[in-house]
Amino acid sequence: MSEEKQIWVWADYRNYFQSRVTLQILARASVLAEKTNATVCAVVFGDKVDAYAKEYIAHGAQKVYVTDNPFLKTYNVSSYAFLLSALVRQFQPETLLIGATRFGQEIAPRVAKQLDTGLTADCIDLDIDEKGQLVQVAPSFGGNLIAKIITPHTRPQMATIRPGTFQELPHDDEAKGEVIPIPLPDTMPSPRVRCLKSELQPARARKIETADIVITGGRGMGSKGKFRKLFDLADLLHAEVGATRPVVYADWVSSEALVGQAGKHIRPKVLFSFGVSGAIQHTAALADARFIVAVNKNPNATMMKLADVAMVADANQVCSGIIRALKQRIRD
Amino acid sequence: MLHIIVCIKQVPMVSELPWDPKTGTLKRETAQGMMDPSARRALEAALQIKAGMGRNQAHITAVSMGPPMAKEILYEAKALGADQGVLLTDPRMAGADTCMTAFILGKFVTDHCPDAGLILCGSMSSDSETAQVGPQLAEALDIPAIGYARRLELVHDCVRVERHVDDFMELMEMDLPGLVTIDHAGESDLYTPRYVALGGVEAAFNAGDIRVMDGTALGLNKGFNALTSSPTKIIDVYSPATRKENRVLTGAVKKMVDTLFDDYGKIISSAMGKDLKTHDHEGDV
Repeated sequence: MSEEKQIWVWADYRNYFQSRVTLQILARASVLAEKTNATVCAVVFGDKVDAYAKEYIAHGAQKVYVTDNPFLKTYNVSSYAFLLSALVRQFQPETLLIGATRFGQEIAPRVAKQLDTGLTADCIDLDIDEKGQLVQVAPSFGGNLIAKIITPHTRPQMATIRPGTFQELPHDDEAKGEVIPIPLPDTMPSPRVRCLKSELQPARARKIETADIVITGGRGMGSKGKFRKLFDLADLLHAEVGATRPVVYADWVSSEALVGQAGKHIRPKVLFSFGVSGAIQHTAALADARFIVAVNKNPNATMMKLADVAMVADANQVCSGIIRALKQRIRD
Repeated sequence: MLHIIVCIKQVPMVSELPWDPKTGTLKRETAQGMMDPSARRALEAALQIKAGMGRNQAHITAVSMGPPMAKEILYEAKALGADQGVLLTDPRMAGADTCMTAFILGKFVTDHCPDAGLILCGSMSSDSETAQVGPQLAEALDIPAIGYARRLELVHDCVRVERHVDDFMELMEMDLPGLVTIDHAGESDLYTPRYVALGGVEAAFNAGDIRVMDGTALGLNKGFNALTSSPTKIIDVYSPATRKENRVLTGAVKKMVDTLFDDYGKIISSAMGKDLKTHDHEGDV
């Protein structure tokens, strides 16, 4: 129906101040739109969501489609997926981007299947190829492999985008954009999934999955008592502590701390790894760590090969050494 | 009787990942496989539901789509307590993206398990990590679905699910038939998988066969080809550049720690968001 090419960004605003992924995608969409001469559009569902529409315009949306109805007050995957698919059929955007939050990853596959189009999960980059197609860059195997994916024959090209991948644009009060109200369709079915309770959890001050610095410890720390030293170091570094499976099994630390395929995936800016050999189940979960310091008596341990800095020494002694050094070096 | 379908997937276990550069897909036949940890949790959930229901009140079908070697995880599923194992395997199914995988699994459930009441999947597999097949299978079957369950409970003809999604703790409910994916993150210990007792797999091998279905048995069209029918196409697969310097430090602990802070202090301090003193130890041997 519309002549212009559109790039859509589905707006996830539920935990607005904590989760900026929609703004981050709008920033990237603006770059892609420039390359393909397209219009950046946000799509907002909810009850009294006008303020969000304005916010998205200030962050790069040129148009905002808004369905504002009390029926949409609570996020509901079946209703939201129905509505989003209906709007895509009506306006036929080239591209539909959704934040790879858990809700985003729940709604996106349903919309893609309803529209019989392709979807790439958890992208860490997006670009445009020479044919004007969206190149979707997605990691797999815990970041050990990267795949470039296109959607050659069907539209829209759909992708979910990993939070934190792109930098949001600065808030621009002067930005102009059009808010287009879309009424709730008469054909809207009653939701097949009922939400009995949805409570925002008090923000946890620290989370290992999103921590900038993570300290992991393995059996090489020596004992349960010595392992505790990692928490002292963590306090100094404002870091979170993770552990390997043998350490969790030995009950040196709770299973909440498990970093691995079956535990937490981490993406710190700096990872300190003490006495960890580096089994694949563990290393698969830390492939996104940007700078790795590993300490191990065995220079041939896999973890030492993965490190930017590999210190061949007793993990426990180096931990003490770093604690001492930090106490001298931290400027308050 | 409640017919529970558990979708399980074989994932490669080894660190070497054999990719076919021509098609950009995994050569699963050459990788050593294991049951995807998240699917294993889904199977555990099914076993617990069955155990809570009394004799002959539930029937568990474990189904997998994959190469012939994926039969292994179906034997394992039977050893763990699944009543039936079904392998959907055909060269024409190879290269399926999530959309086509959901289509094939959907065809199996619709045509061969019309009495399915509850379908369980892992929320996200450890290899391709898309978290898409569960929701898309629900769409293919036109049934409701709830993702990321940490606990599920059957209440008459409903299933009630507790989940943690994006900082929200939620309690959801839907009528059966429906599909639930079990949280892969394993933060709750409720569905920590059990393991097969010694000799259990062997017993399962002897206990009965795995039903193997190819495209024809499944009723796929003659010209069906999952690779070409998939809406997404992989154009390139690569390992992220190994840009690591991998600097190895040896010697006295104090000296190593000083080198760490002198040479990399900026990286550490910027991650901390605090200033660190970095000394210059030139000539300090």
